[in-house]
Amino acid sequence: MKRYTIFVITENFIGILNRITIIFTRRGINIDALTASESRIPGIHRITIEVTVNEDTVIQLVNQIEKIIDVIKAFYHEDEGVVYQEIALYKIPVSRLDGGLEKIIRQHNAKIIAAEPDFVVLELTGHKEQTQELLEILKGYGLLEFARSGRVAVAKRMLTIESFIK
Amino acid sequence: MMRGADIVVRSLIAEQAELIFGYPGGAIMPVYDALYDYHDQIKHVLTRHEQGAIHAAQGYARVSGKVGVCLATSGPGATNLITGLADAQIDSTPLVCITGQVAAHLLGTDAFQETDVVGISMPGTKWNFQVRRVEDIAPAIAKGFYIARSGRPGPVLIDITKNAQVDFGEFNYVPCLGFRSYKTHHPIDQSAIKEAAELINQAERPYLLFGQGVVLGKAESELKFFLDKSGIPAASTLLGSGALSEEHPNFVGKLGMHGNYAPNLLTNQCDVLIAVGMRFDDRVTGDLKRYAKQAKVIHLELDPAEINKNVKATVAVQGDCRESLAMLTEAITAKKHEAWMGKFRELEQQEKAAVVQHDLTPTKVGLTMGEVIHQINQYKADDAVLVTDVGQHQMIAWRYFHYKKPRTQVTSGGLGTMGFALPAALGAQMYDYSRQVICVVGDGGIQMTIQELGTIMQTKAPVKIVLLNNNYLGMVRQWQQLFFDKRYSFTELDNPDFVKIAEAYNIKSQKVTERQDLQEAIEDMLIHDGPFFLEVVVEKEDNVFPMIATGCSVEEVRLS
Repeated sequence: MKRYTIFVITENFIGILNRITIIFTRRGINIDALTASESRIPGIHRITIEVTVNEDTVIQLVNQIEKIIDVIKAFYHEDEGVVYQEIALYKIPVSRLDGGLEKIIRQHNAKIIAAEPDFVVLELTGHKEQTQELLEILKGYGLLEFARSGRVAVAKRMLTIESFIK
Repeated sequence: MMRGADIVVRSLIAEQAELIFGYPGGAIMPVYDALYDYHDQIKHVLTRHEQGAIHAAQGYARVSGKVGVCLATSGPGATNLITGLADAQIDSTPLVCITGQVAAHLLGTDAFQETDVVGISMPGTKWNFQVRRVEDIAPAIAKGFYIARSGRPGPVLIDITKNAQVDFGEFNYVPCLGFRSYKTHHPIDQSAIKEAAELINQAERPYLLFGQGVVLGKAESELKFFLDKSGIPAASTLLGSGALSEEHPNFVGKLGMHGNYAPNLLTNQCDVLIAVGMRFDDRVTGDLKRYAKQAKVIHLELDPAEINKNVKATVAVQGDCRESLAMLTEAITAKKHEAWMGKFRELEQQEKAAVVQHDLTPTKVGLTMGEVIHQINQYKADDAVLVTDVGQHQMIAWRYFHYKKPRTQVTSGGLGTMGFALPAALGAQMYDYSRQVICVVGDGGIQMTIQELGTIMQTKAPVKIVLLNNNYLGMVRQWQQLFFDKRYSFTELDNPDFVKIAEAYNIKSQKVTERQDLQEAIEDMLIHDGPFFLEVVVEKEDNVFPMIATGCSVEEVRLS
C-alpha cells in the first residue's frame, strides 16, 4: 500500500464528483482527501484525490475514472511526482497566548491570520506531517478547533491540460 | 417555437428512432400528449411494467444493432427501469431512456413521484443527465444517442423536468458528432500488431476466445478471415455466440461455467491465448490465479479499462477489433493446427458420451431441456433469434442451440436478470415481425414479467414462447444439490396453470408432457402465424453439466 495522488481533469457538470466517488465506494476504498477547483481554463475543473492503495488498484481506479464520459483525463502519481501543499487552521483561546506560544509560531513558520477578543486563528501550510506536528503541540494550548484541507497539488511532469482537450 | 414535449419527440425522430417502449404517468404526460401527434412517424409500444419496457428496448437493440428507446414517468416509473439499466450497462447494450421528472422548482422538495433518478441510475448508466430547461432538451438527446451507440455501447438516461416539457423553445436539431472529453476512436498501435503477429506465428497451440465485442464492432467477417488463415481453434463466450457460425471448422465450442468441456479445459494448455472483444468475466475464467498462467495473452479490446483488469495481457491491442483483426490477419502466416485441433475434437467426444447423449437422446421417461432445444434446431430458421432468461434453461439452450448468424443471441449475460426473456423477446420481435424469435424461459423467470403476455397480445408480436417447466428454481436447486447437501431451501414452486394464463391472453398454447408429442408441438409452434405459448414439462431434478464450480480452475471442469 502506498499513498497516491490522482488528478482528474473534467468538465464542470453537476454530478461528476458523485460519479467519481462511487467508483471508490463500490470497491470499498476510502478516499483520504479530496479537493476540487476550477483549473486555469474556464469550464474545466481539476479534482485531486489522495488515496492509499496498491499500484494495481490505483491503475484500475484511474481507468474507471477516465471511462466517465465527462472526464477529460485522469492520472496518478506517487508523492515524488507531485508538488503539493495542505493548509491547516488552528483556533486557540487568547488566554493561552504567552511567550512559549510565540516561539512555537516562529519555529513552525505559522502565522496569526485573525485575532478576536476570545481567540486567535493560526494558519500553517505544508505537508501533513508538518501540520500534524503543530497540531500535537497546540493540543497543549487549549486548542478549540482544528481544520485541515485536502491536498492541492501540481504534477512535476510537463504536460498541460491543452494536450488532453485537442 | 414548439413545446418541449414536441422537441423530445422530434429529436427522437431526428435520431431515426422508429419504436419506443414505454409507460405513461404524470411527469411524462406532455411527451405522451406529443406522441399522439406523431404516431405516423414513430411507434410506441405500451408494456405492462416499466421493467418490461426497458427489457423490450434491450431485446430490440440487441437484434437490430440500433439504439433502444424507452420512456417512463418519474418516481416509481423511473426506478422500475433500474434493473434494465444495470443489465444494459454490463452487457453493453445501447439504450436511451427518457424519464419525466417533477417541475424544476419542486426538485428536492419530496414532491409527489419525485425521486433522484439521476443519482440512483449513476452506477448503471454510461451517462445520465437532468434537463431542466427546454433549450437543453435537443442537445441532451443528441448527446445521449451519440454516447449510447458509440465506443463501447451502453445505456443513457435523460431525466426531463415537467416545466421543460411544457415550456416553448426553438427546435433546431444538431446531431452530436463528438465532444472533447469522450474519444471513441483509438488508432491501432502498429507495433502491438507486429508483436501479436510474432507471438501467433511462433505459437504451437494458439487458442482464440471471442466475445460480444465482435458483434458490437461488426467484425464477424474479420474474425472468420482471421480464423480461416490462422487455423486457430476458437471458442465463444455466452454473448459472443452468433459472431461465428457454429458450422465454421475452427469453432470448438463455448466457454465458461456451463460451457463445453474442451474449450474450458484446454485454456490451460494453450501457449498463446487471443481474446477478442471479451472481458474475462469470472464465469469464463473461474479461479483467476489458475487461469491460463502458461499462456502469452493477446487482448484485442476497445475499452481501455478492460485491458489488464482481470487478466494481464502480454500484448494489448487497444481499439476497434474490426480494424485490429484485419491488420492481424494481414500480418500472420497461414497455418493449420491439426494436432492441436484434434485435442479439442477428442475431448468433445468425451463430452458427447458423458453429457450430450443424456441431454439430447435421454433414455429416462422425463423430458430433458436439451431435447427440446434439439427439436427446435430441427425446425428453426437459420437466422432465428433465441431469447433466454436466466438459469438452467438458459445454459442448456445456449449449449445446444445452433447459432449460425450474428445477433441471434439475446440473453442477460452479465447481470443474470430473471424476467428478462419475455419482454426482451417482444422487443426483438417488434424489430422484425418476419423473423423467428424463440423465447425459451423457465417457470421461475417467466413469472417475474409474465404480465408482458398482455403486450404480446396487444401487439400480436408472433413470439414463440417455450416454457421449460420443472417446478423448481432449477439452477439454485442444482447448487443446493451439489454444494448445500440437497437442502432445497425455498426453490420448489407451486405453479399456476400456465396454459390457462396464455389462453386468457388469447395466445394460442399447448402443453407437452410426453416425449412422443414434442416434435409435432414444436413444428406446430414454429409454423403458427402469431404468438404461441408452448409449455414443456421437463424432468424435475436434472442438472446442467459440464460445470466449473465457483472457485475452481477451468481445468477442473466436471462432466458430472
